[in-house]
This record gives sequence, structure tokens and C-alpha cells, in this order.
Amino acid sequence: MKLALLTTDVALLGTLILVLLYFWSLRQHKLTSQRWRTVLKTPTGGSAAILLAMYVGVAGLDSLRFTAGGETFTALDKMLWSLRTQVETTYSAPLAAFGYAKETRYEAHGKVARDYPRLVYGGRHLRNPAQDRSRDLILRVARGGLLGVAGFCALLGLFKITRRCPHAPFWMPLAARRWRAQVMVIAALCVLGGVIGALAADYHLLGTDKVGSDVLYLTLKSIRTGLVLGVVSSLIALPLAVTLGISAGYLGGWVDDLVQYLYTTLSSIPGVLLIAAAALSLDLLMQQQASDFASLASRADTKLLALCLVLGLTGWTSLCRLLRAEALKLRTIEFVSAARALGGTQLQILFRHLLPNTFHLVIITTVLSFSDLVLAEAVLTYIDIGVDPSMESWGNMINGARLELAREPVVWWSLMAALCGMFGLVLAANLFADAVRDAFDPRLNNTLLAAPR
Amino acid sequence: MTAYLCRRMLYALPILLGINLLTFGLFFVVNSLDNMARMQLGERHVTQEAIEKWKHAHGYDLPLLWDATAAGTDKFTRTLFYRNSLGLFTFRFGRSDGGRDIGYDLRQRMFPSLAIALPVLLLELALATSLGLMVALLRGSYFDRWLTLGCVAAMSISSLFFIIAGQYLIAKLLRLTPISGYDDGFAAFKFLALPVLVQVAAGLGANVRWNRTVFLEEISKDYVRTAWAKGLTEKQVLWRHVLRNALLPLLTAIVVTLPSLFLGSLITESFFAVPGLGSYTIDAIQNQDFAIVRAMVFLGSCLYILGLMLTDISYAWADPRVRLAAS
Amino acid sequence: MRNLFRVVLAFAAAGAAQNSGAVEPWNAPYPAGERAQSIFFTTFQERPKHLDPVSAYSENEWLFTGEIYEPPLQYHFLKRPYELIPLTVQAVPTAAYFDATGRSLPSDAPDTQISRVVYRLTIRPGIRYAPHPALARDQQGRLRYHHLRRMDIANISGLEGFPETGTRELIAEDYVYQIKRLAHPRLHSPIFGLMSRYILGLKDLAQRLNGLGVADEAYLDLRMFELPGAKVIDRYTFEITLSERYPQFIYWLALPFFAPVPWEADAFYFQPGMAERNLSLDWHPLGTGPYQLRENNPNRRMVLRRNPNFHPEFFPRKSTGEEAAQGPLTDAGARLPFIDEIRFVLEKEDIPEWNKFLQGYYDSSAIAPDGFDQAVRFDAEGRPELTPLMEARNIQLKVATQLSISYLGFNMLDPVVGGASERTVLLRRAIAIAVDVEEMISIFGNGRGIPAQGPLPPGIFGHRAGQRGINPLVYTWRDRHARRRSVAEAQSILQTAGYANGVDPATGAPLVLYFDAMTSGPDMKSLFSWYRKQFAKLGIDLVIRSTDYNRFQDKMQKGQAQIFSWGWNADYPDPENFLFLFYGPNGKARFGGENAGNYANPDFDKRFLLMRNLPNGPARQAVVDQLVEILRRDGPWLWGFHAQAYALQHAWVRNAIPNQMAHNALKYWRVMPGLRVARQRAWNQPVRGALLGLFFFVLLSTIPAVIGQWRRRRATAL
Repeated sequence: MKLALLTTDVALLGTLILVLLYFWSLRQHKLTSQRWRTVLKTPTGGSAAILLAMYVGVAGLDSLRFTAGGETFTALDKMLWSLRTQVETTYSAPLAAFGYAKETRYEAHGKVARDYPRLVYGGRHLRNPAQDRSRDLILRVARGGLLGVAGFCALLGLFKITRRCPHAPFWMPLAARRWRAQVMVIAALCVLGGVIGALAADYHLLGTDKVGSDVLYLTLKSIRTGLVLGVVSSLIALPLAVTLGISAGYLGGWVDDLVQYLYTTLSSIPGVLLIAAAALSLDLLMQQQASDFASLASRADTKLLALCLVLGLTGWTSLCRLLRAEALKLRTIEFVSAARALGGTQLQILFRHLLPNTFHLVIITTVLSFSDLVLAEAVLTYIDIGVDPSMESWGNMINGARLELAREPVVWWSLMAALCGMFGLVLAANLFADAVRDAFDPRLNNTLLAAPR
Repeated sequence: MTAYLCRRMLYALPILLGINLLTFGLFFVVNSLDNMARMQLGERHVTQEAIEKWKHAHGYDLPLLWDATAAGTDKFTRTLFYRNSLGLFTFRFGRSDGGRDIGYDLRQRMFPSLAIALPVLLLELALATSLGLMVALLRGSYFDRWLTLGCVAAMSISSLFFIIAGQYLIAKLLRLTPISGYDDGFAAFKFLALPVLVQVAAGLGANVRWNRTVFLEEISKDYVRTAWAKGLTEKQVLWRHVLRNALLPLLTAIVVTLPSLFLGSLITESFFAVPGLGSYTIDAIQNQDFAIVRAMVFLGSCLYILGLMLTDISYAWADPRVRLAAS
Repeated sequence: MRNLFRVVLAFAAAGAAQNSGAVEPWNAPYPAGERAQSIFFTTFQERPKHLDPVSAYSENEWLFTGEIYEPPLQYHFLKRPYELIPLTVQAVPTAAYFDATGRSLPSDAPDTQISRVVYRLTIRPGIRYAPHPALARDQQGRLRYHHLRRMDIANISGLEGFPETGTRELIAEDYVYQIKRLAHPRLHSPIFGLMSRYILGLKDLAQRLNGLGVADEAYLDLRMFELPGAKVIDRYTFEITLSERYPQFIYWLALPFFAPVPWEADAFYFQPGMAERNLSLDWHPLGTGPYQLRENNPNRRMVLRRNPNFHPEFFPRKSTGEEAAQGPLTDAGARLPFIDEIRFVLEKEDIPEWNKFLQGYYDSSAIAPDGFDQAVRFDAEGRPELTPLMEARNIQLKVATQLSISYLGFNMLDPVVGGASERTVLLRRAIAIAVDVEEMISIFGNGRGIPAQGPLPPGIFGHRAGQRGINPLVYTWRDRHARRRSVAEAQSILQTAGYANGVDPATGAPLVLYFDAMTSGPDMKSLFSWYRKQFAKLGIDLVIRSTDYNRFQDKMQKGQAQIFSWGWNADYPDPENFLFLFYGPNGKARFGGENAGNYANPDFDKRFLLMRNLPNGPARQAVVDQLVEILRRDGPWLWGFHAQAYALQHAWVRNAIPNQMAHNALKYWRVMPGLRVARQRAWNQPVRGALLGLFFFVLLSTIPAVIGQWRRRRATAL
């Protein structure tokens, strides 16, 4: 088994490590870490953070890529191996034991029969699916739920041990009012995980798609695509926006003019058009180098990277504008003048003094734009300029679902799975962004939200 | 005022030139003209000769930026850049790669786009402002908390969902409107009802939340406190002071959406087969008709710049403290 | 706003009228008045790029040109196998053969002796063109619109700008004129390359015309130029002369390429300023056919309306031979056409189109693959029948195997999969067994196709059905069915080829093959992963290189693709039209021909030439069998499948008999608008209760706000 990371894997994992390093380094900055703690303390912010961490965890696992025996797979694939390999021939409804459409079967003596085929994997342990299925499902839900509760209790126990407070009972976190929402979210996730695990082991929990792949598996795999798009695009946009914005605001003069010209020009072009134009061109460049791509995955990966590049290169303007304005304000403030008087070089002033003082803006804007990027993927894929069709992504699932909705009976599960997966991530990101903004934006004080009495 | 406008117009010129250069680079340098020709000529039996003929017929057989063989100013004017990109400045859009007059199509398709965009804008404004005010009135209550959460949830739903679900539910199951299509005149109403509804629903979450933020920010200002201290009722404060002052940021948000008004809603138009500018653009992207994409990029940018100018003017109009000459 | 209000009121009133019973459907895409007329409603997906008969060469273009123009011949509407019958001429011409000295030869004379092949055609007098401004004449008899200055048409955007129209009789010269147009320097005809090989002097004419250097906009009067291959004999008679034997030429005479174009049309459209306004034959055609194009708005719709000058033509009374018609022919002997107007509405997406068909707003529909289960199921014998839902709506199902093949081609120039060596032949054969075409048809085509055993689809001379027709290298015959050989067999063939378990001995890793695909639509992803699954059965790693159509074409032209999926639709019902796809000198990369896989086998080429010239009969069947066997052995293609067209029509459409070759079938169809209006009304009653529900929902949702306000007030009051 050999590690075989693709470019976006490296980018995603690298960013995760960077973020972890950032939080680790916060131990010295009391004020900032205080703010982050505020974010986690608010019920919505804390719950959103937990949900986000789940998503990031899945994406991280899905980025640890290995090759062995000529096959490439990720750590997530390894964990979900049965989901990955238990492929039916075509559609099947969630938790079904029979296929979705009738199939022609050749029987002996050249007779032809047409019937709903028994699924190869879904509910295969049932001897008589028509009778046993519902009982089996109820049992499994109960068993999975209990397992989840047990897991949650174990977590509580672990918490008690690490915290070393022998006097409190171990359900203490449940009783404490301050963290109740967060703890409840963890409990809910535990139970949900238990139920999903119990059901997905022998059924297709969310059904299968047109070629019989498990939709739950596809949905989980799509998380990585969405996250990569959000994270890597931000990663590309950030340095541009920060350097250009701060230096424009601080240095002024021709630098300012040039930067202003650049971002005005770029932001004047309607976003979709610019992205479409750039994506079409990058696509052509990739065609010319087609032979460089050893496999389908690396090709799709490069296309994803190209899309990130396009989104990043077109998405830095709004942050840049904000930073420029902020730097413009800051340069007249005493501590900057003092630093200048003390003989600091321009670079020192830019990165030692200005950058840290505009950092809250960077964080707020980045978290806010993240959810937009995830949503944009689906829309771009709809107009054929999104991710590669061979890649698992919510956009591709939704795109395929347009045709499925016209079937009778309606094939709704792919669409629903993709929309729910996307909804969870975007909702978590939005709520988290709100909490971050409330905590970091100096203009908003928390008294504002209180009702006048 | 006039001086200010003139200055802004002059400032717009280099920006538009930059946009032209960018799209020109993307569409002529990166993508080969032979490919374009093959795309347009149809499917079977395309020979190199036919490609050359097509390029000649569309004036694509010129050099890109500089023609060393020509004489005098022709060196510059007998080039693709001069012919195809600079012509846009005079709003001569020329002919699409498929052979149609782009200007004519734009004029034709403008109205369906507007017929969707204007009702959406008005409905959205009315709904979002009243809901925003309501939330501001009840701030801090459970209603506020849940509605805000609801807004965030609505924002997190992909716009594609609204379209797909709306079409499926209202047009297919309830048979209240046609599934897709368009007609001229008042007959258009039954075709437009669904796309308008869908678009209003899709934008409501974000708009209500934005309005709420604006109203709350306004409420926390000193003058509001003074007003309360004077003993005005809550209603008076909200209607007389907060709403009027909050108009400014709301106005800005509206004016900036001007280009999207004209460009139409790309996806919605395409889904509902409305022959507006949005579906025009999507078709052009999918057919790789770069002449149209180029024209639309230019048009969209012009509108955006116009929108910015209108914002400034509306600021000056709504807030007497802002003077344009000073900026 | 006020109008909006009014309409809302109207809605409310309609809701109030619920008790009064059925209302006109709200979801109708056209006014009730139009639905009650003899209009046929159908769709188009993409604007036809050319409507000039000289350049139109795809199905979506022929859909229009077939109804507007009339070539000399047509296919009999009912007879199968397809039979050519006269359309505007008196009789189907027979070839006359001559040697170099002008001596007449018998039809079985050897190719080397023949130096002239002459077809003489005599058209029926009295056929007239549809009214058109190009033919308008003033009182003195001068052409009304042939001397326009640029400023005269400055404000004109369509043909409506020319109020006067005229017509004239069809004469032999119009046919000859169109044949000359194939060589026109500014109109690039896709069949010029092919025809210049056969029609005497056509290439020479093209060179002469090119040499003239006529300005782009000037009219080039082709009547001034002689073409030895096409001559007017008298007012109604003309001759086409070929320089060598080409028995399939007669089929071309049923295609719009050989439809008449009056010189006046060219003279009219080549006036200055016309082309800029899209005034050209590509946009506003002019023919003698049953319909004329009255509206051409690619953004919305295209409208064909009855040609008032259409010559008398009648529904076939009875015919000997196999009948395609299933029911009684109530219209036999009636004058054509029946439908007044054909309205093509732009529908880019399959799903809305399908749903509108179900609602009754389109009269006919091809079944979208994903609506299939809704429409069709298979009976115990595997024959398709309609589902109860469709039967309840009296929808008619028409099935026809298309004269086409969809295949997976191997580029024979490729070092890994191409060539005639033992290794590559076996590799291709192993793949051909492993890729389960039956499963593909069932998943992606809903069973609408039959697996191909060779290049020839059923319905083409030379195709063999049953046990004799199977491809024994891929199939075995068991229980009266062709059964695909097992994957184990494929694996052992692969081992013989030198790739044990799919491992490439050169690298030690699994063999990597490249599939060059065109991306189009959301369905492709599942198709790609299906293909990968098929190749994975052999341990081969299939890499999908997907591109758009442009770049795919480019790759094919340069011979850079490795494995590709493509299809071929017959131009005419003759085995030559399929087997020429393997003829060496038609190689795509080297000669720009249609042989996309660049297959070349001298033995095949020799027999192909022999087969081409033979008349249908046992001798030809024998040669075709040999050719097919060579192809099966070499396996340049994975034979794929022949698609079946399933078309649905509503009960109010009559005579919609599928005819794969006829492009002018709509003139035989009939609609019954009364039934249509009644059914549409019955099927589309709006669920008005939903509006009421919505109203209550809005009302309910304000309650929390009211409560909140009430609480607040109480709190402040305290």
C-alpha cells in the first residue's frame, strides 16, 4: 500500500494542517482565542462547528489516497469498502430488496419473463423479503440507536477521564446549561451514525443510482469535492486579496491605482460569464496535454483544480476591496505611524502590523464565501463548465437527477441525498460564519441583538 | 454633478478596454478558430477548405493584434482585435458565429428577461422589506430567532432545488401553470408566474436576513435612542426614522443587481425555456458561440458600471450629506 | 402592478367558478383557438444550421427541407423493404451504359468498359413553386424584387418585408441548376467531394467557378456555365451523366441535395445587403413541396404552412408487398397534405417536452429514455406494449428498427489496440465479448435496440437474421437465442493475446486503454462508469478522455483517438452505405473519409468493389456474407447495437406510420383537432384547491408574528 496523493489531496490536507497549526499558535494570542471560544460557546456556532468538523473529517479521510494492487482508493473507501463494491445493476429505491424496474429474464426453453429482479446485495440476508423486511428494518434501527447511545456514553466517560473531575457525575455535560446544544448535537450524531451503520451494512440506505452505485457512498464521496472547491479556491484567492489589498491601501500611489483598476475590471464582468470563459479555455489547455494524464482520476482532479483556480482568480476582488479600505484607515492610526517612526521597513509594517489587524476581515469573508462556492458548484455543473462528469459531486448528482424526476415512479433519492448533503454542509458553514462574524466583527456588539426593555 | 459623471465615464473606458483584452485573450488566443468553424459548420464532411471558407466569411482570417503586411493604420485596423473587440464600444455587436445579428437578438430577448426580472425585483423588495421590518419589530423573540434560522436554512438550499421542485409540484402535479415556454404580450403572464415565484422564493432567505441586519444596525444608532428617549412609540421610530435611513443600503443592494436584471437569471430562463438574455448566454456558452459570449460580457460589464454610477447618484439623492463633487 | 392584480382577480374568479365544472386548462402553452385548428404541434431542439438543400445534411435539417423541397424521387410511404417511387418525375430512371466511343452497353458490362452512365429524367408538367417574393413579377412581367439597392432593404428583417409574391412552373433547368450549385464556390456542399468523383465535369466546373474570383456578394449566374454531367434536354427533361458505374446514385436522387432550386432564388438572395439580414436560402427556403416555411424564429418556433400551389398528390391506395400500415387506410386516395400547419416549438430539455406531450400539448413524441418506464413495458414475449397510463390516454406506440448502428470503434492506426497483428485482433475480440451490449441496451436504452452482429442492421439487404446471422466469435446460439460468450472465455482470449489478467507485460501494471468520448448531458457519467466496469472485467483500466464535439472531431481527423463510440445513420437502404465505412481509401485520418477507425484490408477492399456494383440477389448476398465475415474476424469495431425508434402519438394523430427513409412523411399525417381539444381539457384540469391551500398557509404563517406582537405589547404595557 503506497500513498498516492493527487494535487487537490495535497492542497486539502495541507490546508487542514495549516488551520490546525493556526489554532495551535493561538495559545499565545489571548484575545483571538477568546473570540474563537465565543464562537464555540454560542449554541448555533458550536453545533455548526461540530457538523463542519464531521464534514471536514470525511473529506480528509477521502483525501488520504493509496494505491495497492493496481487499484487506487482512499482511507474513506477502505472504511466503506462494502458500499463501494456492492454494486447493483441499476436503480433501486432506498432500503429496497428488489430492483426499481422490471427486467427481462431468459428462462429455460427460450421463455422470456419480465419481473422485478431481486437485488444482488440489498437485503440479501432476507429469506423472504416481502415479509421479513419491515421487521428487520425496525430491529436494525433499534439496535443501531442503542449502539449510538452506548457510543455517546463512552464519549462522556472519556470526557470524564480526561477532565479528571472525580466529583461530578459523568452525565454532567448533559446537565450543564451552557453546552447543552452542542452536547445534544453530538448525541444526535452518535445515534444517527449508529442507525446509518446498522442499515447501510446490508441495505442501500439511500438507494442506488442508474448504474447501481450506492447513493450513500456517492453522497459521502461528494463531500470532498465540495470542500476542495471551497477550500482550495479560498486558498488561491486569499494571498492575492491580502497582498494586493493591504499594499494598495497602505502604499497608495500607483500601486493603489493598479490594484483598483484590476479589481474593478474583474468585478465588472458578470461572474458566471467570466468563469465560463476561463473554464472553457483551461479545458482546451488540458486537451492539448491530454496524454500527460495517467488516469481518469488525475484528469478529473486537474479539472477540479482548474475550476478552483478559476473561482479563486475571479473571487478575490470583494475581500481585496475590504482590505484596501481597512488598510487605508489603519495607516493613519498611531501604532502604524509609531512603527514607521521607529524605522520599520514597508514589508515589516505590512505584515507585522497591518495584516494582524485586518485578520478578522479575512476570516469573516472567507467563511462567508465558502458556502457560496459549494453552492456554485451545482450551478456550474448544470451549464457544463463544472467538475468533470466522472467525479463524484453533488452537482453531478443533481444534474443527473433532472432526468430521473421524469421517471415513473419518480427516482427521488439521488436528488434528495445530494441536496441534503449539500444543505448540511452549507447550513453548517452559514451558521458558523454568522457566529464568527458576531464574535469577530468589532462593529457589531452583542447588545445590539437584545430587545429594548 | 455633470463633471462627476463625465469623470466616471472616462474612468470606465480603461476598464472596458481591459475587459475587452481579457475576453479577446481567452477566446482568440486560447481557443483555435478552426475548432470554432467546425463547431458551426455542422456535423458531417467538414473539410479544411470549408473551414477556411467559413473563417473568411466571418472575417476570422485576419491576424490577431497586428498586421505587419498592411499599410498605414491598416496595420492596426485590419486585425481581429480591432474588428471584433473594439467595435463593441459603439454597441455594434456584429454577427454571431452562427450567422445571426446579435444586436437584433439582444433587442428581441431583452423583454422576456425584463418581464421576469422586474416582477421578481418588486415582489422581492416588498416581501423582504416587510418581513425584515417585522423581524426587527419583534427582535429577540422566538419568532425572530426561528425566522432568522429559517432564512439561513433557505440560503443553504441550492437554487436548483427551488426550480426543480417548483416545476414538479406546481406545473406537473397541480397543473396550475404551463411547464415551460413563453408568449408575447399578456399571454406571457401564465408562463412567467412560475419562474417569478421560484426566483422570489430562492432569493427570499438571503434578502430577509440582509434587511434584518440593516434594520438592526440602524436601530442601534444613537439617533434612534434619542427618538425613543423623546418618547416616540416603537411604530413611529421604525417607520419614520429607521425605514427611511435604512433605505440607503437597501437602495445600493438593488442598484447593484441591475446587470442581473438584464442578463436575466441564467438558470431559471434556461429551465423554463424563456427566450431571454440568460438562456441566450447559456446557449452561447454551450454552443461555444464566442461572438455572443463576448458581446454579453461587454454588455454585462457596461451595466455593472452603470449600476455603480447610479448607486452614487442615488446616495446623493437619498442622503443630502453626500456630495458627489467631493468624492 | 394593476394588471397583475387584475390577473390575480381572474384567478380567484376561476377558483370561485369551481362549482361550474371543467374550465379551459390553465397550463396550455397555446391559445384554445390554435389548438382547435388543423395544426400539428411538435418540437425542435436546435436551430437547423442550413436549410439550403445544397448544404443541409443532418436529420434535423432534413426534417424541414424534406417537407419544403422535392427531389425527383421519394420512398413509398407504406412499402417495406423501402422502394423508390417517382415524386416529380414520370418514372424512376434506369441507368444507360456507354463505352468511350458512345456505344450502348448492356447493364452487366464490366466496369472497365463503361465510360458513361446516363440517367434520363422527365418531370411532370404543371408543378408550381410555393409563393415567394423572388418569383414576384410586376405588370410588365419583370421580376419585381431583383433590382434592389442596399437602401431599399435597409429596414427589412424578414421576407414579410416583400409584400408581393409570385410563382412559376417547375422546369428541368431548375434541377440542373441545383446540380451546378453543388460546385458553387461560396456554398460548400458536404457531398461535393463524393459527387465530383462521379458526376461528369463537376470538379472541373468547381475549378472554373473558383477561378472567377467573384466578390462575396455578387450573383453568379450558373446558367452561363456548361456542366457535361447535367444537361437540359427539353423543358421537362434532363440527363445526369456519371463517369463511372455507381448503382447507389439513384438513392441520392431521393435526397434534398437534388431538389430543384430556381435561378431566381439565387439572383434574389445574392443582392447586396441580403446576406447581412439573414435573407438567404439557409433561412428562407423556396421549393415545390407540400409546405413552405412561414416563420423562422430560432429563439421560439418554426412554422411550416401548407403550400397553396402544391401539385395534386394522393395518399397511396393499396400496395403489394409488405405493408407497414397496421390498420385500415381510411385516407387512401385522398389528396395530400392533410395538415394545414406544422408548428415546431423550441424545446431544449427532454423533460418539459415529455411532460407536455403527456398533457397533450404535443401531438407526437419520441420517448425520452427516462420516461420510458412510464410509457412502455414488455409483455411475456419481450414485445413492447404500452403501460396502462398510456393506454388510458389512447396513445399509439410505433416501433421501428433504425437503419443505423452505434458502435465502439478502435482506431486501427493506434499501436496498442489497432493493426492486424494476432495480439491486437485477440485483444479487440476479448473486449468485444466482455462489453455486455445487452446490458447497455437495457440500462441506457431501456431495451430499445437490438445487439448488432455485424455492421448491417435488419432491413438492409444482406442482413441475416436468426442463427445464421450471429457473430460466432462473440455469441453462441442456445435455446433459440444468441447468447454472449462468457467473461472467462474473454479472459482466456486476452491471455492468448499476451495480457494475462489484463496486465501489460511491458509495464507490469494493468493495461491502460483510452476511451475518447464526447460529453453531452448528464447521462454520460453513468455511461462512462459502466464502460469502465466492463473493461475492468478483463482487468483493463479504461481511462475516459472526454471532450466536446469539436475537439473530438479534431482528434478523429488526426487519428489520435484510441477507442471511441460513434454511430452511423444510413443515407440510403443499401449495404454499400454501411460497408463503405471499412473501405481503406475512405480512411478518415489519411483521406478524410468516413472510415473513422482507419481500417484497411486489401482483401476487403477488393470484394467491396465487387459487391458495390452487383444488383441485389444471391450473388450479392454471398459477397456481403464474405465481407461481414472478414470484419467479424478482424473486429475493427465492437459491433454495438441498432437502435429502435419508439415513437408515441396521441389518438388524434392518424397515419403516423414510421418510415425511416422518407423525409417528407408529414404530408401523409392527419390530426383531428376536435378530439384533441376535448382530451386536453379532460387531462389538464387545474388543482384549484391548491391555491386555496396556499392562501391558508400564508395566513397561518402570520400567526406567530401576530402572537409575538401581542406579547410584546402586553410586556410593554406591564
